[in-house]
Amino acid sequence: MKEIILIAIAAVFVENFVLSKFLGICPFLGVSKKTSTAVGMGGAIVFVITISSVVTWSVNEYLLKPYELIYLQTIVFILVIAALVQLVETVLKKFMPALYRALGIYLPLITTNCAVLGSALLIAEREYTLLNAVVFGFSSAVGFTLALLLFSGVRERIETNDVPMAFRGLPITLIAAALVSVAFIGFQGLFGI
Amino acid sequence: MAKSSKKALSVLTNGFIKENPVLKLVLGTCPSLAVTTMARNGIGMGIATTFVLLGSNIVISLIRKIVPDRVRIPVFITVIAGFTTIVGMLLHAYLPDIYKELGIYIPLIVVNCIIFARAEMFACKNSVGMSILDAIGMGGGFTLALLIIGSVREILGAGTWMGIPLTKDLFDPAIIMILPPGGFLAFGFVVAAIQKFSVLKIKNKEIATGCGMNCAGCAAGNNGGDR
Repeated sequence: MKEIILIAIAAVFVENFVLSKFLGICPFLGVSKKTSTAVGMGGAIVFVITISSVVTWSVNEYLLKPYELIYLQTIVFILVIAALVQLVETVLKKFMPALYRALGIYLPLITTNCAVLGSALLIAEREYTLLNAVVFGFSSAVGFTLALLLFSGVRERIETNDVPMAFRGLPITLIAAALVSVAFIGFQGLFGI
Repeated sequence: MAKSSKKALSVLTNGFIKENPVLKLVLGTCPSLAVTTMARNGIGMGIATTFVLLGSNIVISLIRKIVPDRVRIPVFITVIAGFTTIVGMLLHAYLPDIYKELGIYIPLIVVNCIIFARAEMFACKNSVGMSILDAIGMGGGFTLALLIIGSVREILGAGTWMGIPLTKDLFDPAIIMILPPGGFLAFGFVVAAIQKFSVLKIKNKEIATGCGMNCAGCAAGNNGGDR
């Protein structure tokens, strides 16, 4: 139990996907302009990463490892994720139209999101058990959402400020991200992780 | 003839400055932040990505007339993933140090928006020769951007460049620059400097939404194509 809690806390705060591992920077910069879109994207990511953790873990453990096909990992994982995103989209559309309307436009973006493939690869590299893999995937996605939400708040403030000409647009966004990232460095060493 | 060679030259040089994939189009931001703690790693990542881009551009350009529009996205992804696997194996065999340093960011070349964007925007519409030039130009621009960001971070954060001590007696290195926040800071200041001095200024607003829109474009196109 202790191990699970440690994995969860480490994934959310210490090794935050966006702010310390640089996974999923594109959506982080792209959809963090408003809090509402940040919530939608975060929800879709949590949903997909949790499911993909289970699926890629099973594929890795029961297909790639026994048949010594580990070298195909990258190809298999990306295709599994792409198919999974399609499947999730179709199923949601059919059975949970309300959720589909909330997450809909963010789902197709997720295939090209390195956070999903990154978490699958990290799980395979660290040889987690299924339970640990699911906890890790879910918490990493929650950490991603947390960073996205915090940052969207910061960006909404920047909008109203007078920024020097050269720094308008991308540069000030990146510098703000650096400051948020400094805050997350404070979590390093927490509980000895 | 003169006209076509002029066009070829512009395709080749486009990626370096005018349409630099990282600094102007804001594509491939994840590796540009993650592996640039040292200039050497930046170059390693840049060359690995250029190789994948070259391979995928050639193959996609060759098969562009055979592949039906509806299945092009999965086909492109498989081609790119294949070349990424090859690069991973080559690095593992011949440059184990760099392989270890770059870690999971090597398989993540698959989801680098630059490669997909070039496949979708250039290779599937142009001849093999042009696609090769485009890959070299864009890959070179990517490597250049990584080298710049990596150099800034290594000099300020570790006081060295390519492992050579530079600032021993000048100042104490600011460790923050090789920690994660330093990546965002260095990237931000480099882009700001370019906006300040660039004659080819793109409207700020376009830069800000560049990646979001481009990724969205890729994926949205992806979806539209599949249905």
